[in-house]
Amino acid sequence: MASILIQFAHPALQKSRVNSALLEAANGLDKVTVCDLYELYPNFLIDVELEQAKLSSHDIIIFQCPMYWYSVPALVKEWFELVLERGFAYGDGAHLLTGKKVMLAASFGGMEADYLGDPPNVIPLDQLISPIRQTMQFCKFNWLPPFVTFDADRADASRVTSLDAVYRYILVGLRDNAFDMDALNPLVPINHQLRLKVN
Amino acid sequence: MNEQTLLFQAFVYLCAAVISVPIAKRLGLGSVLGYIIAGIWIGPFGLEFVAVEQDIMHFAEFGVVMMLFLIGLELRPILLWRMRISLFGMGGMQFFLTAGIVCAIAMAFGLDWKFSLAVGLIAAPSSTAIILQTMQEKGWMSTQGGRASFSVLLFQDLAIIPILALLPLLATAKSVPVDIEAGSNSLNLMKELPAWSSTLVIILAIGAVILAGRFLLNPMMRLMAETRLREIFTATALWLIISIALLMEAVNLSPALGTFIAGVVLAESEFRHELESDIQPFKGLLLGLFFISVGASINFDLFVAKPFLIAGLVVFLVAIKAGVLMVVGFVFRRRAREVMRFTMLLAQGSEFAFVLLAFSATNGIMAQEQVEPLVLAVALSMVLAPILIISFEKLDLMFTSDTLDEPDDDDNITDHRPHAIIAGFGRFGQIVGRLVIANGFRVTVFDQNPSQIDLLKKFNANVYFGDGSRLDLLKAAGADKASILVIAADDREKVTQIARLAHLKFPDLYILARATDRRHAYELIELGVDVVEREMFGSALQMGKKALVALGYRAFQAERAGEMFRRFDHEGLRHLSKIEFGSDQYREQVHLMTQDLERIMTRDKVRFSEMRGDKDWEH
Repeated sequence: MASILIQFAHPALQKSRVNSALLEAANGLDKVTVCDLYELYPNFLIDVELEQAKLSSHDIIIFQCPMYWYSVPALVKEWFELVLERGFAYGDGAHLLTGKKVMLAASFGGMEADYLGDPPNVIPLDQLISPIRQTMQFCKFNWLPPFVTFDADRADASRVTSLDAVYRYILVGLRDNAFDMDALNPLVPINHQLRLKVN
Repeated sequence: MNEQTLLFQAFVYLCAAVISVPIAKRLGLGSVLGYIIAGIWIGPFGLEFVAVEQDIMHFAEFGVVMMLFLIGLELRPILLWRMRISLFGMGGMQFFLTAGIVCAIAMAFGLDWKFSLAVGLIAAPSSTAIILQTMQEKGWMSTQGGRASFSVLLFQDLAIIPILALLPLLATAKSVPVDIEAGSNSLNLMKELPAWSSTLVIILAIGAVILAGRFLLNPMMRLMAETRLREIFTATALWLIISIALLMEAVNLSPALGTFIAGVVLAESEFRHELESDIQPFKGLLLGLFFISVGASINFDLFVAKPFLIAGLVVFLVAIKAGVLMVVGFVFRRRAREVMRFTMLLAQGSEFAFVLLAFSATNGIMAQEQVEPLVLAVALSMVLAPILIISFEKLDLMFTSDTLDEPDDDDNITDHRPHAIIAGFGRFGQIVGRLVIANGFRVTVFDQNPSQIDLLKKFNANVYFGDGSRLDLLKAAGADKASILVIAADDREKVTQIARLAHLKFPDLYILARATDRRHAYELIELGVDVVEREMFGSALQMGKKALVALGYRAFQAERAGEMFRRFDHEGLRHLSKIEFGSDQYREQVHLMTQDLERIMTRDKVRFSEMRGDKDWEH
């Protein structure tokens, strides 16, 4: 079994529905650690050593957060800037992250058609998240297809429930190495690729 | 001398000083010339208020002793060590060249060699009192020429010891043994001792001063400081200097040298600034007295009787000294401007010359009628000294475009890191200080708690005893050069007092002050303090955030709520700073903002609901 670290970031979780439900789904799973970054670092003073140790001791890292203004919340960006140091994450002698898997679990206020339509109304999803993918690949992470939720502001209870189930199914599958990774397209949302199997 | 005449004399001296010195300074002549002129017009050839009192001159020479103590306080041992080359090189060269040339010329005039040698040795030193006073007044201590001058003076002080030993050997007539300080009843341990043991006694005495300075004086001063009686501390400081001077006299060493050593040893002490500001006025007055007695001692009858001889002697003395100094300066590769400074500073006779000439007369090396013209020549060279220094300044202004004195680049003593002064190192100041020190800034701390001082010294901070409400202490701590002053004292009135003083005297200093409460904060803002922080506000706010978390808030939510609260609470303060100080509107605002808690809380609620700005953080 692989160990999973969920780096969760939401600046106003008290107002959240989708992300709090997803967090709930992940909580209590064996070998899955959830870290609430905004709760840990309310004043943005990230403990770099601790965060690096957490990366080292897990096999799969998941950044779970809402997307605002086409990007991750400020604290996640801060986290990238501080934790992914030269010498630890990249550069000479940095090999600790090589081959670890990383996944973005992001919720969007926009519609699926805005990012995944043919053509997308706004911007292709992969192009939108490519700075994050590039960051991870630069650090020799193995990039997994993202877990995405669209129209997250208007998700009703039934959609939230089904999202939960998919999220849990994917977490367990990743942990138990149950998926054929080679068969997954890294550019297409993982929940879209595996959705049918759950239902 | 009965009490009446003592008071009258004090009146005359002080009166002369009070009238002459400000006039001299206004005319750009410097205080030294002012005092000397005062001496001339109250002396036997002026208004005849005072006779030439050898006693007064000797007493006044104690000012030089105090001055060297103060100089020592400024000089850490490491700086003294760096001076060793200029001290022995320049000092030695100046001394022996001057003595040699004077001696040779005297012999060329057909004088006896013993007499010539004595004159040479007496002519070599320069006036510590005039030079140091002038350098301090003009801020030349840190110039290359200033440092060179100081090295040479220090060497001359060292040289007095062997000269005193040598002079009796030059006696031609049968000599009567006399104390160096004629008329004083100082102890003398050295009379009966053979040479080797007197050397041993000298070493022991210096060792005693150093050891006492290192291990005894600090605890003693701490004890005195704990009494919180300023005069007791002053008494201790005076006692300290006098006892060292007596010890040095007892072993035939120059008291000035002894107190200088004590000063250097105490340069690292936290009481350094306190000692400095306590001794300073005594030193100033005594030196003034000394210059006055130099003025009063000028024998105009003799000058009128033998004008050419006297004028010749003065010109001869000043010219030879100046020539030698120039050679020394250039041999040691100083810049031309600094060589001139050094030359003009040191080209005069020394106060030691008076003592040594008197000594020579009583020892029979010279006849009284030979001594008198020499004493007069030395005194006149001292009158000439400030004039030479002024002419240097005038020439310097003409030839150099910038009037700033070049700092000495030989030894880099000035630390250019930004410098913070922290007044008060209690619970509040500690936190500020620890943060600033940990970040590598230079910090000078004042505190009144001796145990606090001890602790800080272990961390190599500059720590001084005192509360920072005294101007001299602030100055001594470098308030004129510091970047910021943090006033962290716990006494409300004290904070206000320091802020008022610092803002008035050091308008460029950025002042951060600890306020007891809201009202005090407004008071401090009115005084012109740049940053005001209420002492309880930060920790209470922190507690408030934790209370919100305990009540179920997310940490980030509580953090934002707390910081928003801080922002609008501070808005009042910032608002105030935009209104013209002292206007009606300003007073009205202050009144509004210091109203009762109920109104503040009502406003809080309204303002807070307006300020929440996280509408878009959803899904």
